[in-house]
Amino acid sequence: MKIRIFLIAFILIVGAAVIGPWLSPYGVSEVSSMRLASPSLTHWLGTDLHGRDLLTRLLYGGRISLLVGLVGASVSLLVGVAYGLTAGYLGGRIDNAMMRLVDTLYALPRIVLVIVLISLFDLKLKGFLDTTPFAFLAPHARLLLLFVALGLVEWLTLARIVRAQVLSIKERPFVLSSRLIGQTTPTILIRQILPQVFPIVLTYLTLALPAVILEESFLSFLGLGVQAPLASWGTLLADGASLLNPIHTPWWCIVFPSFALASSLLLLNFIGDQLKKDGR
Amino acid sequence: MITFIIRRLLSSIPVGVAVVVICFTLVRLAPGSPFSSERALDPVTKQMLEAKYRLTGSIPTQLFCYLSQVAKGDLGESLKYRGRSVVEIIGQSLPRSILLGSISFLISLGLGIPLGAWAAARNRDQVGSILNGLAILSLSVPTFILAPTTVLLFSFYFHLFPPAGWGEPSQLVLPAFALALPFVGVCARLVRSGLLETLGSDFIRTGRSKGLSEPKLVLLHALRPAILPLISYAGPLAAGILTGSLLIEETFAIPGVGQFFVSGVINRDVFLVSGVVLVYCAFLLFFNLVADWLTALLDPRIRLHS
Amino acid sequence: MNFCRGIPGLTGLFLFSLFLGGCTTRPRADLIICNGAEPQTLDPALVSGQLEGRLCSALLEGLLRRDARGKAVPGTAEKWTTSPDGKVYTFTLRPNLRWSNGDPLTSSDYRWSWLRALHPATASPYSEIFYFIRGAEAYHSGKSPSESVGIETPDERTLVVHLEHPTPFFPALTAFTTYLPVHQATVEKFKDGWIRPENWVGNGPYRLLDWEINDRVSLKKNPLYHTPGRVQIERIDALAVNRASTAFNLYSSDQADVLLDKGMIPSLILPELRGRSDFHPGPLLATYFYRFNVTRPPFNDVRVRRAFALAIDKEIITEKITRGNEPVAQSLTPRGIADYLPPEGLPPDPETARALLKGAGFPEGRGFPRVSLLYNKSELNEQIAVEIQAQWKRVLGVEVELRNQEWATYLRSLDTLDFDIARSSWVGDYDDPNTFLDCFVTDRGNNRTGWSNPEYDSLLTHARSEPNPARRLELLQKAETLLLTDALPIIPIYHFIGCLMFDPNKWGGLYPNLLDEHPLSEITKQTR
Repeated sequence: MKIRIFLIAFILIVGAAVIGPWLSPYGVSEVSSMRLASPSLTHWLGTDLHGRDLLTRLLYGGRISLLVGLVGASVSLLVGVAYGLTAGYLGGRIDNAMMRLVDTLYALPRIVLVIVLISLFDLKLKGFLDTTPFAFLAPHARLLLLFVALGLVEWLTLARIVRAQVLSIKERPFVLSSRLIGQTTPTILIRQILPQVFPIVLTYLTLALPAVILEESFLSFLGLGVQAPLASWGTLLADGASLLNPIHTPWWCIVFPSFALASSLLLLNFIGDQLKKDGR
Repeated sequence: MITFIIRRLLSSIPVGVAVVVICFTLVRLAPGSPFSSERALDPVTKQMLEAKYRLTGSIPTQLFCYLSQVAKGDLGESLKYRGRSVVEIIGQSLPRSILLGSISFLISLGLGIPLGAWAAARNRDQVGSILNGLAILSLSVPTFILAPTTVLLFSFYFHLFPPAGWGEPSQLVLPAFALALPFVGVCARLVRSGLLETLGSDFIRTGRSKGLSEPKLVLLHALRPAILPLISYAGPLAAGILTGSLLIEETFAIPGVGQFFVSGVINRDVFLVSGVVLVYCAFLLFFNLVADWLTALLDPRIRLHS
Repeated sequence: MNFCRGIPGLTGLFLFSLFLGGCTTRPRADLIICNGAEPQTLDPALVSGQLEGRLCSALLEGLLRRDARGKAVPGTAEKWTTSPDGKVYTFTLRPNLRWSNGDPLTSSDYRWSWLRALHPATASPYSEIFYFIRGAEAYHSGKSPSESVGIETPDERTLVVHLEHPTPFFPALTAFTTYLPVHQATVEKFKDGWIRPENWVGNGPYRLLDWEINDRVSLKKNPLYHTPGRVQIERIDALAVNRASTAFNLYSSDQADVLLDKGMIPSLILPELRGRSDFHPGPLLATYFYRFNVTRPPFNDVRVRRAFALAIDKEIITEKITRGNEPVAQSLTPRGIADYLPPEGLPPDPETARALLKGAGFPEGRGFPRVSLLYNKSELNEQIAVEIQAQWKRVLGVEVELRNQEWATYLRSLDTLDFDIARSSWVGDYDDPNTFLDCFVTDRGNNRTGWSNPEYDSLLTHARSEPNPARRLELLQKAETLLLTDALPIIPIYHFIGCLMFDPNKWGGLYPNLLDEHPLSEITKQTR
């Protein structure tokens, strides 16, 4: 019952982010002379240093942040589950080697990977996209790389979890019996084992989504995320943080983006909790 | 037990080597030179520097030079902070990070476990939901917002603690809490979900039917198995928290080791980055080992084998 | 079980010992300054930044030194003379000069230090600053031996320097960081490690007491300094702080007494600070500007460059973004250099800008190729870029993409001319237009635009050998006019200002000045 309310609220946020920027009379990067205006009827959530409408930017930022979260989480889901399943089921030396790789990647600071990936491939990807029919994506080349980078590191935890599950599941009678009746390994993995690990994967997904969104905000803070003048919740928060000072702080630039981020994460977590409860 | 530790240590060596190899290669692959600055460097000088630090030739050659040096226990010199060795830099800054990190680690566990237990015990009423919501909130505020807000609030509004600096115990309070807060949330959630699971299991039901009080049940019987997921999380957490955080260190002017993970890459200071990554990797492997050992200690069903 | 009970105790003990080890509370220094980021080195030959230079000048002293107003005054040299042709300088050192370890300091120490900084193996980023000396460039490139460099030491107190061309600002140049002396025996003994506090030997007003990475550099008065009476503050701590907001917080809570750099004050609050008695702004010899890559279309067309330059309203930038009352830059060289009047430059003119763009084949920006504006990520760079991007869009109808890169990648893009427009800044090394204009000579490392103009090059060459100072500045002004009103490989945006924060009732000897020189030895405690 509760879960429905949470889901509806979350869908509302997503819907506003998708449709909102179109309805807004302001452009996302439209600079005006109303700088750092406090919330009013013309600018519901106020404006930033460049006189841009905060509400429009917040809605637009929601698109990017939620998309980053979704893509990052999905990549980690696909890679993590596949990797964990394989390692856990095959076991032995292969499992050991595969897990050492996970350890290695885990010990490597993400920031190294992200910086190198972006600085090496940003322009190349942009140039490449320009020659393909996907030229409209070229300005977002960095965002695409961010997806890749986040996906590359976010699957590690999930792979560990799935592997641990598989290790215990594969010894259960029903798996052994299907092996006895001659089912192939892929069939067993997909038909028998995958459904068993599904609940925990689902719970993890609702945890990974916020993690990815936060990661993006940190990278944006370092200037490795979304490219200005576009916005994500992360860049909005980073801009807001730069306005914090002991003398005079435009509170709206921090409070509203924080609220958007926190409320979405809260909703996602509640949904995750409820899913787990229902699954039990 | 001892064979377990030895085997784990042996299997850690290839991981450490792989981490350093990948890290070194990635930083060397990144465009840009560690020696460039806003003022252009003349090519002769640049070549001299590259030769001096043995960064000429192909990346595998450079890597080989570096690894053979590391094998002798020499982590090289920083390229940005010229004239200072990586060992010296880490030697100066790591103890500070460890000091701050251990306080934060204790705060994370010390607040997180009781809060999680409380939330689990009151799962059915409002208190539980509120606590759970707070936990989520604490882990959804990015550090770059949290840290300066804490400063504004506790230094400039309430005048309780100094806003930044290093050297006085009072200067540790704000950074320690700002560093710990997100992890308090994570710990609380892990303990809560672990407890909820065990509280529903058979042996607790037996205990309850025997008439044991709820607090006694939670503290004496349920907490021990429920804490297992927390322990496996606490391994990487300890490694991360003890090696510091860029944002906390910059905001609070703490001369720790955490900033080098980022600034080192940005400056292409390859020896410094590889050095700190090696330290982090060692911490990670060590604390994972401790976590596994503790898990086995708490749960007799798990046998130690790698 | 016993073991388990012991854990809290053991943990407590462990933390306590860490506490003692990591947190040794020391007495507060007499003066605490926020100096900027962690110094990269304290070896004067290797220093390229201002914050390192400031510490170096407290620890070492050149033939001349800068005083609190940025004026070059006698340092270890008590007097100097110029030959009639202006090409030979003879410096006489003060008597009885000593290094901090008691060794006598002689003119050959200077010769050795300068040759060391010039030697290719030292890899000094500033070796060019010696090229005024005869034979220095050839020695640096390994073409001639050290004997051919025009530095002579007839006796222990005399240093004779032969220059390539008459250089009226040469004596002042000897106050520059790269010209500071180092102690030969120490450098030879400890190699790169000579800069550590335990090895340090210097001749400046202060000694290096302690240096903790990312924390602080502690300085203590040097009793062997030639005029110790000049130095008032006994111990100075220079904190390493990366962030403006943090530095400002430290200052606001009295944990730091002086902020020595505009970079240590958050620009957002500059307007609120303006009326305060502890805020001391002043002009600075530094310029923020945009570069064009003139080697590829569309910016190989001077009409397009001019259109872009005319479309910028610089007032908005200084008023709304930098907020420090910075002077808008119409020229590359800031005003304030003695006897030099920089050219007027181009005032904003949207009409002409549009017409020029149309003439170049892009009426109202139609058909304009995709170009990007490159900057390294920092709050201010990004805010300025956003603002200028919007202006170009409004005036010219051209949508310029923003492209931020982290530091090393950004520098590489500059060096390899892999950009269309890029933000840049330049800080003058000495108060002469040459320090700015020389950058844009063909193929100079700092050119970074691909721009080359024989007339410009020859104007600068002529200026170099021109003995008449007034005539020389005239030539330089002609060159700058050519650079900024005809060719426009760059658009100056604004000139930086220097800001100091200190309570004038507590501290003295600090004055805003064009070179942003604030010698620590000149700071005094006000006694009222």
